[in-house]
Amino acid sequence: MVENAGNRNGNSHSASVDPDEVAKFAALAGEWWDPAGKFAPLHRLNPARLTFIRDRIAAHGGRDPLAERPLAGLRVLDIGCGGGLLCEPMARLGAAVTGIDAAENSVAVAAEHAAEAGLDIDYRHTTAEALAAETGAAETGAGFDLVLNMEVVEHVADVAVFLRASAALVAANGAMVLATLNRTPKSFALAIVGAEYLLRWLPRGTHDWRRFLRPSELVAHLRAAGLETRELTGVTYNPLTGAWRLAPRDLDVNYMVFAVKA
Amino acid sequence: MPESRASGAAPRPAESLETPETLETPETLETPETLETPETLETPETLETEVLISGGGMVGLTLGIALAGAGVATVVVDAADPAALRSAAYDGRSSAIARGTQQALAALGIWPGMAAAAEPILEIRVSDGKVGAGASPFFLHYHHHELGPGQQGPLGYIVENLAIRRALAASAARAANLTLLAPARLSSADRGPGAVSAVLDDGRRIRAQLIVGAEGKASALREGAGIRVTRWDYRQVAIVCTVAHEAPHEGVAHEHFLPSGPFALLPMTPGPENAPGGGGHRSSLVWTERRALAPAMMALSDADFAAELERRFGHGLGRLRQAGGRWSYPLGLMLAEVCVGARLALVGDAAHVIHPIAGQGLNLGLRDVAALAETLVDARRLGLDLGAAEVLARYQGWRRVDGALLAVATDGLNRLFSNDLGPLRLIRDLGLAAVDRAPPLKRFFMRHAMGLVGDLPRLVRGEAL
Repeated sequence: MVENAGNRNGNSHSASVDPDEVAKFAALAGEWWDPAGKFAPLHRLNPARLTFIRDRIAAHGGRDPLAERPLAGLRVLDIGCGGGLLCEPMARLGAAVTGIDAAENSVAVAAEHAAEAGLDIDYRHTTAEALAAETGAAETGAGFDLVLNMEVVEHVADVAVFLRASAALVAANGAMVLATLNRTPKSFALAIVGAEYLLRWLPRGTHDWRRFLRPSELVAHLRAAGLETRELTGVTYNPLTGAWRLAPRDLDVNYMVFAVKA
Repeated sequence: MPESRASGAAPRPAESLETPETLETPETLETPETLETPETLETPETLETEVLISGGGMVGLTLGIALAGAGVATVVVDAADPAALRSAAYDGRSSAIARGTQQALAALGIWPGMAAAAEPILEIRVSDGKVGAGASPFFLHYHHHELGPGQQGPLGYIVENLAIRRALAASAARAANLTLLAPARLSSADRGPGAVSAVLDDGRRIRAQLIVGAEGKASALREGAGIRVTRWDYRQVAIVCTVAHEAPHEGVAHEHFLPSGPFALLPMTPGPENAPGGGGHRSSLVWTERRALAPAMMALSDADFAAELERRFGHGLGRLRQAGGRWSYPLGLMLAEVCVGARLALVGDAAHVIHPIAGQGLNLGLRDVAALAETLVDARRLGLDLGAAEVLARYQGWRRVDGALLAVATDGLNRLFSNDLGPLRLIRDLGLAAVDRAPPLKRFFMRHAMGLVGDLPRLVRGEAL
């Protein structure tokens, strides 16, 4: 879920990474695929965010989202892939997937799980900055058709630096999908007090509310990084059904962004 | 409108006197020829699939056809020998197909294969009575014309199980993505963290994301997963046979409540000449009797049995005559605590066996199929693991209410009507009459029995998956 100071060579530092944040997730790596574990809320959130990702990228490429393997042929990068909760669905939908994470044990868990599921996913212990430097994506114009930045920006130390590096990994006419939390009184009440203290969905200290970005701030950062925002949607939770759903008009707490590289 | 399919996917006609051979393999199917080629048997490698269904009865095979039709690689394993059904011997039972179920079968392309053998139910007459006396003056009368504008068409259909199975076998044989392995038996199914690894008793191996228990009420997968069940023995037996009668049934289903239990006569198509009662006026009988009395009824000569039928039903259809075999099934209720486990989902009688009083058993099972198929197809279109807990949770949440509600409703109906207490008789007669005089309430009950109430899966609404 976060960017780390070290890539797999252990020799690079990245301005965007917060080591404390990395440590929080590393400690929980064993629970990524436990349906009753700490990441159960993320599993429940998955259908709503996958729907948004699939439908937007399919529309962008003129593809039928309900077709068999609708993402076939697309190169997808998941930044902060954690245990691979998004990488695996992307691979099943036909994409060639690379997952990177700053927490080494998360990447190990992800690789082991993909092998069990018989999925071919390229997992790497590295950061967006290191990967961009390694591939020279910014210079060559190569890169990924879709970069996923899901629930990451609220954990990074320097949003501007991080998004510039991430954007460099997007191919020309490629896209980025981001998911994060808004900085509103409601998000403080729900995401911090509710999710971490009352419902105990997330370990206390998972989120620092002051790091949350308002949609306008995120859109400005993206524009500075060369990405044009095409769509914003909220994601809301129904406590009665336990299901998350896309709510295009309610960006108060969880929201997602679809942006493209012109 | 009871269905004569009284017990699970593999009913044992324990108390039957005339058990034809076919009843011992009631879930048999026509297997596509390709599966019997030696190649298949000799292949040592693991068969990779997405969904593995244990049980190829009416419910399991419908699920296989639904999933395969939506592109999901599916394997169905069934223990019965497909040759048994090819012999065209007679199953003897019929099922009520509610409107919602018929819409689902039509959406899956299965219905045309059985439509010629389906008798539309145009009216349902529910009455209360005593043996030897006629129907009570108060009765409930459902007519398809009362459904309201835009809701035309029959209330449901009565179809012989044999016709349903043949239509399913034909659809299964046409389905790409569907592999039917029969006769074959699962010897183990290891539901691991990443996949289900199953081994057949002939050594073949199958790997899948999800295994579905569709083996009927004695589901080995349910028991293996330690899923607890609630059971209730009704101390009643369903006596089932085809009845030939002099007068045409005019599409009317009769549900006559007797103190020992409901007595239902359900309209059938004339059928082929060589079928029991074939070519003439005939109906399917489901007679619920106290268990203590049933052996005596089963032992009666055909003439005495016909006389007992007439004592209970009256002479509305002229002389009655038993055609073909006579079977009996013990009745019980069984409800699984949950219908999912780790990489496991239960459908049909593996999850719930209810009283046949309202003819909802197969319909309930096929609504499981519609809901599970939709859940899995939606999940697959998002790239989700079909055996993941959050995927199965949607199915569990969707089906919990329907199964429990029907179990309670049919149990309550049976208790209310299976007695001969004066005040209770009066109350229920007045209740039937009151419902009969309240069109909105009546329409609601009708639509409920037709399977058109609640959060309906796309298939039940007649839409594609």
